[in-house]
Amino acid sequence: MSIIRYEQTQGKSLGFYALVAGLGAFILAALGSVYFMEHNGHHVTGMSNRIVWGMPHVFALFLIVAASGALNIASIASVFNKKVYKPLSRLSGLVALALLAGGLMVLVLDLGRPDRLIVAMTEYNFNSIFAWNIILYNGFFVIVGVYLWMMFERRMNKYSRSVGIAAFTWRLILTTGTGSIFGFLVARQAYDAVIMAPMFVIMSFAFGLAFFILVLMASYKWTARPLGDATVNRLSNLLGVFVAAVLYFVAVYHLGNLYLAENSGVENFILLDGGIYTKLFWYGQIILGSLVPLALLYSPATKGNRTMLGLASVLIILGGLIQLYVIIIGGQAYPMELFPGKEILEGYGTIASYTPTLPEIMLGLGGVAVAIIAITYLVKFLPFLPESLADDVVDPHHKK
Amino acid sequence: MEKTINRRDFIKTTTATTAGVATLATGITLTTFVNANENPVTNEKRWGMLIDTNRLTETDIDGMVSACQNEHGWGSDKLSTGDQKASWIKKLKVKDTATGRISNLALMCQHCEEPPCVDVCPTNASMKREDGIVLVDKHLCIGCRYCMMACPYEARSFVHEELTDQKEHMPRGKGTVESCTMCVHKVDKGEQPACVASVNSDAVIFGDLYDSSSKINQTLKKVQSTQIRADLNLNTAVRYSGI
Repeated sequence: MSIIRYEQTQGKSLGFYALVAGLGAFILAALGSVYFMEHNGHHVTGMSNRIVWGMPHVFALFLIVAASGALNIASIASVFNKKVYKPLSRLSGLVALALLAGGLMVLVLDLGRPDRLIVAMTEYNFNSIFAWNIILYNGFFVIVGVYLWMMFERRMNKYSRSVGIAAFTWRLILTTGTGSIFGFLVARQAYDAVIMAPMFVIMSFAFGLAFFILVLMASYKWTARPLGDATVNRLSNLLGVFVAAVLYFVAVYHLGNLYLAENSGVENFILLDGGIYTKLFWYGQIILGSLVPLALLYSPATKGNRTMLGLASVLIILGGLIQLYVIIIGGQAYPMELFPGKEILEGYGTIASYTPTLPEIMLGLGGVAVAIIAITYLVKFLPFLPESLADDVVDPHHKK
Repeated sequence: MEKTINRRDFIKTTTATTAGVATLATGITLTTFVNANENPVTNEKRWGMLIDTNRLTETDIDGMVSACQNEHGWGSDKLSTGDQKASWIKKLKVKDTATGRISNLALMCQHCEEPPCVDVCPTNASMKREDGIVLVDKHLCIGCRYCMMACPYEARSFVHEELTDQKEHMPRGKGTVESCTMCVHKVDKGEQPACVASVNSDAVIFGDLYDSSSKINQTLKKVQSTQIRADLNLNTAVRYSGI
């Protein structure tokens, strides 16, 4: 590999300011929404005592899961020593931190008492997976921060592999923790499955990479820097493998649940007669979010086409949000089995209804905007992006 | 016990109370305190309730719900709609799918010995007293609602709106989670929970599960009773007979 030169983006163009202004508008709308929801109380949202986690959690968990996945590119380079990914490592760390920041913002601002964040930081119940997650998220910022420093500072480069291994291990534990938030909820039919932890890990691979690919292609296109097929096609193949792996986990999760008579109710609900959740599952998560992207990534007609790769990535992100919607909202909507062998006629036992309100959606989108604006500004101030990712720069043995 | 508390006594008592007791302002506490010298909260007691669904009428259950509302001041939500409204105790009608037999029962926080809400709470706001009563410390609650996800009985409510005219002994706050306190403020004074007192028969019995001379202990030895979701091994303090 020839020497990779990193350079800041100029960030002076009209396009840059238009992007910042657009994202800023989303962030302002999110802050306005938060003020509206916190001032009035959650009665202005679609959430209730039965759907306690709504649209903001869908976005927050998506961003947090994608954050740990975005770090994979750096891990492949430093942990698994794949040189082609090395030039992408800095950006990978940055995207990971930005996504996590966006996700945590949404999570915190949807609390009943966001003003009590300090309580969450100082009072820990170590039996709580949520409390572990708070530690895991904070630790992620520190470890990835140090990792970036090792990569940026030439005399520290030699440590980047060991720090990279630490970061990789940490991110695996982090996503396991996020999946376990649901996996350990024994009372709810839709959750209570240990497979949720590894499923969230593999979901993070797919969502994080899809987001990373979009950031990479957009930044190279908008700054007119060369980005070769050697890099892009590799990422594209990897993305396909991850999407297929998510499908595999989803299949095992549902087949496993179907085997248990006690879970047949909730499985019927999600897979067959759950109305909006069934539609979202089949049309959104499976077809739009998995099968169509797989076809775009692998079919000879579209393979290697960057527009199609971009489209596939967007669909994977939408499919991921839909998947989390089905898991989080669908899982809560289905009532818990209070009296096995009995039917509840009155008082409980119906499907809970939920319609997301605009402020909830705007808060979620605000989290995405925060992640993107952080990336946009930081690539302007620090040399995250190689000035060229042309094929002969990335791989000297590349045959033209 | 029935004396009015002056400021000095109040401070003295508060300092002597068990951990987890927080004060909002003079005279208002989040969890009612006991005088540690006279009536310490220990794990030698475990407060519990036995609900006999054969004897409990639908009118009884409606009475229990309104007694709870009057005691704690919930149920008059102005802006919350549908499932957003607070619900500390609810009436359930259950039909056996094989025999068609119908039972009516009241469902509230079951005050588990192994409460999932306490396990998952990140800030220790959900807590269990030594005598088994499960409470929310509303100073520590950040409103994350994870306890509501974890509770197998959907016994908890989130305050969805600003509240006014609250009961002095039961401050509630927008953005925090709340549930049945087993009327801890009355129990600590030797009284019965409001819902139990509202029923004019032995359909609901309240007492110390560990005390072999208590009525609840003796009845539980005689009659067949069950715990809702006994499969979860939570060892609930609220037991049911007749279902």
